[in-house]
Amino acid sequence: MHAFRQILRIETRLYLRDLPTLLTTVGLPTLILVVLGFIPSMRRPDPNFDGQPFVSYFAPSLLVITLAAAGVNILPTVLSTYRERGVLRRLATTPASPAALLAAQLVVTLGAIVVSAVLLVLVARLAFGVPLPRHALGFTVAFLLGTAALLALGLLVAALARTTKAAQAMAIPLFMLVMFFGGVYLPRFLLPDFLIRIGDYTPPGVQALLDAWTGTAPQPAHLAIMALVAVVAGTAAAKLFRWE
Amino acid sequence: MPVIEVTNLHKRYREQVAVHDVSLTVEAGEIFGILGPNGAGKTTTVECVAGLRVPDGGGVSVLGLDPRRDADRLRERVGVQLQESQLPDRIRVGEALELYASFYRDPADPERLMDELGLRDKRDAAYKKLSGGQKQRLSIALALVGNPEVAILDELTTGLDPQARRDTWRLIEGVRDGGVTILLVTHFMEEAERLCDRVAVIDAGRVVALDSPAALVSRAAPRQRLRFRVSVPLDDRLLTDLPEVVTVEHRGSQVVVTGGDSMLQAVTSTLARHQITVADLRVEQSTLDDAFVELTGHRPDDH
Repeated sequence: MHAFRQILRIETRLYLRDLPTLLTTVGLPTLILVVLGFIPSMRRPDPNFDGQPFVSYFAPSLLVITLAAAGVNILPTVLSTYRERGVLRRLATTPASPAALLAAQLVVTLGAIVVSAVLLVLVARLAFGVPLPRHALGFTVAFLLGTAALLALGLLVAALARTTKAAQAMAIPLFMLVMFFGGVYLPRFLLPDFLIRIGDYTPPGVQALLDAWTGTAPQPAHLAIMALVAVVAGTAAAKLFRWE
Repeated sequence: MPVIEVTNLHKRYREQVAVHDVSLTVEAGEIFGILGPNGAGKTTTVECVAGLRVPDGGGVSVLGLDPRRDADRLRERVGVQLQESQLPDRIRVGEALELYASFYRDPADPERLMDELGLRDKRDAAYKKLSGGQKQRLSIALALVGNPEVAILDELTTGLDPQARRDTWRLIEGVRDGGVTILLVTHFMEEAERLCDRVAVIDAGRVVALDSPAALVSRAAPRQRLRFRVSVPLDDRLLTDLPEVVTVEHRGSQVVVTGGDSMLQAVTSTLARHQITVADLRVEQSTLDDAFVELTGHRPDDH
């Protein structure tokens, strides 16, 4: 436990020192929100989105940027780099366990995701009048399950890939799929209906986040799929993970 | 009681046998070297000693403990420096040492280690900004930061310049003088000759010789090597016909002749008889290099 805390302290510092990663995971969604928010038509209620302004409708998709970047792109890349460079192996020769480093990476990633989400929700509320998530419990559950599903997928990539290059070869398409179905590249109302339906069930489950943000409880089926992905991918990752 | 005891160690990776049959013992306070060409099974042997790999056969005991079963207790007492084991790019030297020190119950002082390894002015430098030699010294420091009773060092001075290499040797001698037993993997003969009390030469997964460096050298056939330049082209047969001469080679403008102890007289008088003037004559005695070639059939730096 002592070693874990020390490792977590250092991993947090290393994360904060890595400015490009920090900006992508924590800063980018809020930055895009601010840019969009300065366009007046984006702030006006729009019948296309049940009378909400576009910034409200699009906010959950902005959250997907952080979740996808931190969970399925950066996490597996960092872990496979640590493995490839023998960082995990060196730890295995000390009283600290390489599992402590893996856990610390998960905690740091989760921390970045939560900070980014809080920042986005607050800036949306304070600067652009987007209401705080109305169904607070539903939003928290949808957010945590969606995050868990993506982190588990990220761990699975790290487990399956033998090298950092292989990890990136898997992570980047996965990252792009998550972004696409999360409505980041094209807002979802522009997508055909069947793609929107697929997106409902693609982690992190942007529809569940949108439902809870705007007031209704997320659909149980959406949440159940996220839980299922988290458990299956997480278990597979734990079984397949190689320390060297 | 020996500090490290390896008996009939056997290790396979799928079909490939990495270690056939290795037995050796390392006594307390010794610097013990494992020498061998690449792929001989040196690293696999020390990885089994360090508890990183499970042997397929034979036994390993370190400080009277089993490296797998008693892994937790041994990790406190054994420091390991692995080949090609790096650190995150952005970690700083001082941070890394303090982090690793925090894992141990009774660590060495990171400040003192930085002084001893010449890393003092790199304290705040990021790992990726370090030179190869500095990374290597940091790696050694991390192996020693737990105040180990046994240090396992794999390719200790690879990538270091000659001065840094000598400094590292002095440091390792100092560590041994502090009572630490050292198991060293190397393919530098000079390193083994200078540092090791005893050496196991491993080839193709087996121990082919185990003795002090001096004993290994004297056990190899007594040989001399002559190096010189000649004024006119030399017909090799002049020399190969001499009973004392074993080989004649040309290396650039140099002629290299090997043979028995009485060779010098025979060679110089033969050349004189044919009015061949010899320049830059040098006589070299057998070294551990020669012993190694004789034992394994390869040069130590053959890759």
